[in-house]
Amino acid sequence: MVSSHPATAMTDSSQIHGTPGQALQHDSALKHTTGEALYIDDLPEPAGTLHLAPGGADSVCGQIRRLDLSAVQSAPGVIAVLTAKDVPGTNDISPTHCGDDPVLAESEIRFFGEPVFAVVARSHREAREAARRGQIDIDPVEPVLTIDQALAAGSYVSEQQQLQRGDWQGALQHAPRRILGRTVSGSQDHFYLEGQVSLATPGEDGGVHIHSSTQHPSEIQHAAALALGLTDAAVTVEVRRMGGGFGGKETQAAQWAVLAALAAVTTGQPVKCRLDRDDDMIMTGKRHDFSSEWTVGFDDDGRILAADIHMASRCGCSRDLSDPVNDRALFHADNAYYYPAFRIRSDRCRTNTVSNTAFRGFGAPQGMMIAEQMLQSIAHQLGKDPLDVRKLNFYGKNQRDVTPYHMRVEDFILDELTEELENSSGYRERRRSVDEFNSSNTILRRGLALTPVKFGISFTNTALNQAGALLHVYKDGSIHLNHGGTEMGQGLFTKVAQIVAEELQVDLKTIQITATQTGKVPNTSATAASSGTDLNGMAARNAAQTIRQRLTAFAASHYKVLESEVAFRPDRVRVGGIEMSFADLVMQAYLNRVQLSATGFYRTPKIWWDPNKAQGRPFYYFAYGAAVTEVMIDTLTGENRVLAVDILHDVGRSLNPAIDAGQIEGGFIQGMGWLTTEEVVWENDGRLATHAPSTYKIPTCRDRPEHFRLQIFSRGENQEETVYRSKAVGEPPLMLALSVHQAITDAVASLINEAELPHLDAPATPESILAAVDARRASTTP
Amino acid sequence: MARNHVTTTINGDPVEFLCDTEQTLLDVLRDELHLTGSKEGCASGDCGACSVTMDGRLVCACLVLAVETQGAEVETIEGMADGDRLHPLQQKFLDHAALQCGVCTPGFLVAAKSLLERNPDPTESEVRYWLAGNLCRCTGYDKIVRAVLDTAAEMRE
Repeated sequence: MVSSHPATAMTDSSQIHGTPGQALQHDSALKHTTGEALYIDDLPEPAGTLHLAPGGADSVCGQIRRLDLSAVQSAPGVIAVLTAKDVPGTNDISPTHCGDDPVLAESEIRFFGEPVFAVVARSHREAREAARRGQIDIDPVEPVLTIDQALAAGSYVSEQQQLQRGDWQGALQHAPRRILGRTVSGSQDHFYLEGQVSLATPGEDGGVHIHSSTQHPSEIQHAAALALGLTDAAVTVEVRRMGGGFGGKETQAAQWAVLAALAAVTTGQPVKCRLDRDDDMIMTGKRHDFSSEWTVGFDDDGRILAADIHMASRCGCSRDLSDPVNDRALFHADNAYYYPAFRIRSDRCRTNTVSNTAFRGFGAPQGMMIAEQMLQSIAHQLGKDPLDVRKLNFYGKNQRDVTPYHMRVEDFILDELTEELENSSGYRERRRSVDEFNSSNTILRRGLALTPVKFGISFTNTALNQAGALLHVYKDGSIHLNHGGTEMGQGLFTKVAQIVAEELQVDLKTIQITATQTGKVPNTSATAASSGTDLNGMAARNAAQTIRQRLTAFAASHYKVLESEVAFRPDRVRVGGIEMSFADLVMQAYLNRVQLSATGFYRTPKIWWDPNKAQGRPFYYFAYGAAVTEVMIDTLTGENRVLAVDILHDVGRSLNPAIDAGQIEGGFIQGMGWLTTEEVVWENDGRLATHAPSTYKIPTCRDRPEHFRLQIFSRGENQEETVYRSKAVGEPPLMLALSVHQAITDAVASLINEAELPHLDAPATPESILAAVDARRASTTP
Repeated sequence: MARNHVTTTINGDPVEFLCDTEQTLLDVLRDELHLTGSKEGCASGDCGACSVTMDGRLVCACLVLAVETQGAEVETIEGMADGDRLHPLQQKFLDHAALQCGVCTPGFLVAAKSLLERNPDPTESEVRYWLAGNLCRCTGYDKIVRAVLDTAAEMRE
């Protein structure tokens, strides 16, 4: 059963409450349980607040011929109707400023539901009702919807990228064995429980303040400034907490924040934009679906000699973050395995669908799925246990350790970690019992798989790996903590507060956690790439150390002792032979005119990337983990159930085991959803068919595996100098769920003894499992 | 359009409000009465984030018209704790770290309370099935189920 980490602190007199390593509850946990935690839609609305709703196209693709908004204008409660013409600055919110993400479409519709106008009305309901009255006539053209259509039409958002090394062609040609395969993974909606929402208030001198549920306040600030023709300094963006993000509020929050800001500046009144769930799902981007073809050459033991992988993804109608997402897919097409020679290509397809974007894992899950399907196929052909073939291909230590992007893997721990999980989960015995079960059951079949995760930590865009923090110590010794990271439930604020508590040896309750705000810490990166704690924790630590050093220098000079005689102890400071409370020392320092406010900064060391040579060290380090999953399928209905999951995951030295465990469990289940129940369906005419939880199924309580055992790798320690040797934990666990898909494939494969692995697309819905079962059974019928 | 005058009881307190006929209970709770603990996750009765009880019955406030609460007893998350004294479920959710972003948490608590009032000794399956109408995107549910089972065990003592 799960290691349940009680979220209560285990403190003693020799320790402050809050030291890193303690399993503390989320900083807002109490307010979450009482309903008092305020999300943006819960904030008391300023007097005169108006409501904005976007008006989307009821068509898929073509030039706008006529836009008739008279019925919108005359609808009850409508104050203003905005179109692209009302955008005073640049009509583009592309994160790369490439001009292909208009705030409101100007002349062309590129996907079903693309926002063309915005209604500002007295109430949310009136705005939404009026938004349906727009008449948008277009000259329709045939849309490009699927990856295959885009590849055939040569429709791309950017150029193909590739990695290659060695004589992969020769190695493939001369390999004793070869398999050709195809790996298909579907899209995924973020389904953050709190939808997109912004509240903009006009300020003085043409400026604007925006509450935005966003992972990237600095980008919202810049996007709003560009669109409104303001300087960045005239725009302030604030977010205390989000109700989930998962990558879906990295770039996708910008449109609604900018529209609210535009409407606020236009009307002179506060304006809120809260998307209805259907609009949210139709109008915001999702995970990239991938379709990849591969050839792998290997020897009779199963050792990979060469691979040729061609991946293609559906990017939607604009670039958004598709380049870095697909780059990360390229960087993870090896997962944990050494390829001696290879060519890996990545095509980024432009389609007439909403522009796909960041989603937990950021392309890596799609890339890693290819590696894992290759490994499973190899093992199946050789009649070996896939785990043995995986181990055979693991990166080596000081040899066979160079990744496809020429970075050496220096911290590989999967040999030890996998062995521990193999033993603790009873993998070998369970393999035998699964085989036994299958030999006596024809309708119900079981499957088992153990898959590893190796995930690179850092933004692949080196410049983004920086962070800032701001720390004020007040005269009473209380501390105001601010940094560039955003809280979306992942517990970042708690972890960063623990770090500051540790540096100053003060109790966690001394530290006031405050909303992320561009006026306090500027030029921040998105809270993304799992890097929130690594970056912001270090920046806050830097600020705390500055304060501590100032207090130390002051105490030494004031009490005439050496600096080495000043020691910060739990909730007190020892200065030579005397002890005083932290607050007393702070007051003394204030009276002696010592600055008690500091900024902190951090930039990740060692990383670099040369895009022209496709070489470098894009990642500071790797996070690792592995999972064993056992499933059962019903071969008559395709119904499937995840019976048992055993996870062993590496978080380095855990800053907070309760929060880390939550990330691991939640990540796994979210990955399981991506690979099983969550099917994003586009109609043949380009409309999104799945735009509400009635049709789009994320996992529920019922899908929770009955046996769910999670352990944090106790030997984990980051060999790089991260904050207290911890490791990032946001994204890596999602990919543990690849074991679910592999186990289902294993169950289908068990039906017939055949060298070829069954083809099973993701998500493995009952329909696709049934199709794979039927295909499997048909393969023996002449 | 004439607004409707509704007299109801919310968390034990008599409440009167005016509402439009098409306004849902959730609209009124959040926008008129400023009880924002109930959340709108989907507005179609599929996510459970707006779970409340009406005359003891677990309902999605987004599927109840506000006028239907005339004369009814409505319980929301705001009424769950007794002043500063948390309901055992709330405490167990804290102890088990059974929450992350917190948007689904009020709905889960209201739904779980409703379950334990009907069935003080639910099996794990019964908990999982009862709570299947409440979506959580962060936690993976494991700690939620444990917290509910643990509360049930403690409340039976």
